[in-house]
Amino acid sequence: MSDKKIIDKDTVLRVARLSRLILSDKELSQYSGQLGAILEYIDQLNEIDTRNTPPTSHPLSNLKNVFREDRVKGSLSPADVLRNAPRKKENFFSVPRVIE
Amino acid sequence: MVNSCAVLHSCLERIERLNSKINAFVHFEKENPLGQKGTRPIAIKDNISVKDELTTCASKILEGYRPPYDATVIKKLKEKGYILMGKTNMDEFAFGSSCETSCYGPVRNPWDLKRIPGGSSGGSAAAVAADLVPMALGSDTGGSIRQPAALSGVVGMKPTYGRVSRYGLIAFASSLDQIGPITSNVADCAELLGVISGYDGLDSTSADIPVPDYTKALVKNIKGMKIGVPKEYFPEDGLDKDVKEALLEAKNIFKGLEASLVEISLPHTKYAVSCYYIIAPAEASSNLARYDGVQYGLREEAVRMVDMYAKTRTAGFGEEAKRRILLGTYALSSGYYEAYYLKAMRVRTMIKNDFSEAFKSCDVILTPTSPTPAFKIGERADDPLKMYLSDIFTIPANLAGIPGISIPCGFSGNNLPIGLQLLGKPFEEETLIRLAYAFEQNTEFHKRKPNL
Repeated sequence: MSDKKIIDKDTVLRVARLSRLILSDKELSQYSGQLGAILEYIDQLNEIDTRNTPPTSHPLSNLKNVFREDRVKGSLSPADVLRNAPRKKENFFSVPRVIE
Repeated sequence: MVNSCAVLHSCLERIERLNSKINAFVHFEKENPLGQKGTRPIAIKDNISVKDELTTCASKILEGYRPPYDATVIKKLKEKGYILMGKTNMDEFAFGSSCETSCYGPVRNPWDLKRIPGGSSGGSAAAVAADLVPMALGSDTGGSIRQPAALSGVVGMKPTYGRVSRYGLIAFASSLDQIGPITSNVADCAELLGVISGYDGLDSTSADIPVPDYTKALVKNIKGMKIGVPKEYFPEDGLDKDVKEALLEAKNIFKGLEASLVEISLPHTKYAVSCYYIIAPAEASSNLARYDGVQYGLREEAVRMVDMYAKTRTAGFGEEAKRRILLGTYALSSGYYEAYYLKAMRVRTMIKNDFSEAFKSCDVILTPTSPTPAFKIGERADDPLKMYLSDIFTIPANLAGIPGISIPCGFSGNNLPIGLQLLGKPFEEETLIRLAYAFEQNTEFHKRKPNL
């Protein structure tokens, strides 16, 4: 690996915060090194001139918007929807207080 | 009612005897298979939703999750008399090529228990290879059906993007994911593909194109068909010696069947892994934002809402999942989006165009499925980049959305299976089946079984 640091620990910490992940010091060092190596490899993409190439976000080229008729259909019961919830109260998901 | 189907009883006996050795199944049907109607036992990868049955993506963050609905493919299987045996082991959220990142421990390759079966659909491939079931469903985002099929010595197909509904498949990378069959022979692959294919109003990326009878493509005559051989998939260094020899022999077999081989070029192949490792983690980081301890799965309590999210995600995701979330979030974050994500999407166009250009001079493309046979458990675990490079030959098909199949084509010196890959034009799965069937019927590789 070269000395050039593509991603430093502060950046990894910032990305971890955005991802809602808590990293230990050991994980921080490990991920910084590994992400650095991966990004260094990925840097090869800069060899290619892509200025005149449109981006592909999706492999089906002829895909159009999909609409359906606005008709009332059956849906899951509240009991089915809530069955997997770690915490629930009556017909609601229960979470820590959001408003102070 | 007790199902008296002989195949079912043989499967149950083998699962009982062998599953603890290979760790292919991680959940069994709550409703005993003996109580189900039907004659076709099948295993389902743990990221495909089956109503009321554990579906956890081999991740701690989904522990205990039982979907309130069936995936569209499961609905179709139930209607057609398939017997659901249980859920198969996989890399956590399908992030991996070895099945070592599962929260249930690694899957072992039936051909050599010290080795990986490939991944991420390694549990499905190992279950079929060990004859625990005759067929299984897997999912393929960058090779996750074809690579384990090759390394475990079975047949695996990734259909064209949009051919099979993704409704109920727990998302990894939505523009790349596709469900497909893993079977012990090409005829079963054709049959199963026909059952699961078709337009679905519940998947907005499902293609409204009629489903042909794929079993009609099971013919041995391939005379005059043009097989493209891309030089970029046969590098001087970087291809295992036994794999190289097996592919050379495969070319001769196709020639013997009077198909013609033409050299082609897919010039952007070497950029595919880089392109994929921006796009796939970017989509994954977005898809995995939903695991926050509110609606399902694991929850770690905290006083503040954001702390609850972070504690839950930190405790629930494994090492590789965290690595991909970090990489994807970085690639999408302000200041890096254009340099990485947008750049990768432009390179994706070039890779897709490579295939359109190549298919002007051939009907199908022949490549190795994997550069090496199965490696040892732990061998690449500490080097993520090396692990990522093991998918170099399968990733391009996902980026381009085209179909691909892997079939057995030989064995290494130490008796490990080797697979060849055939890539086809969009929605021309029949061509792949025809060539794969002709090859299979003229060789004996698919008849060899692991010694268990």
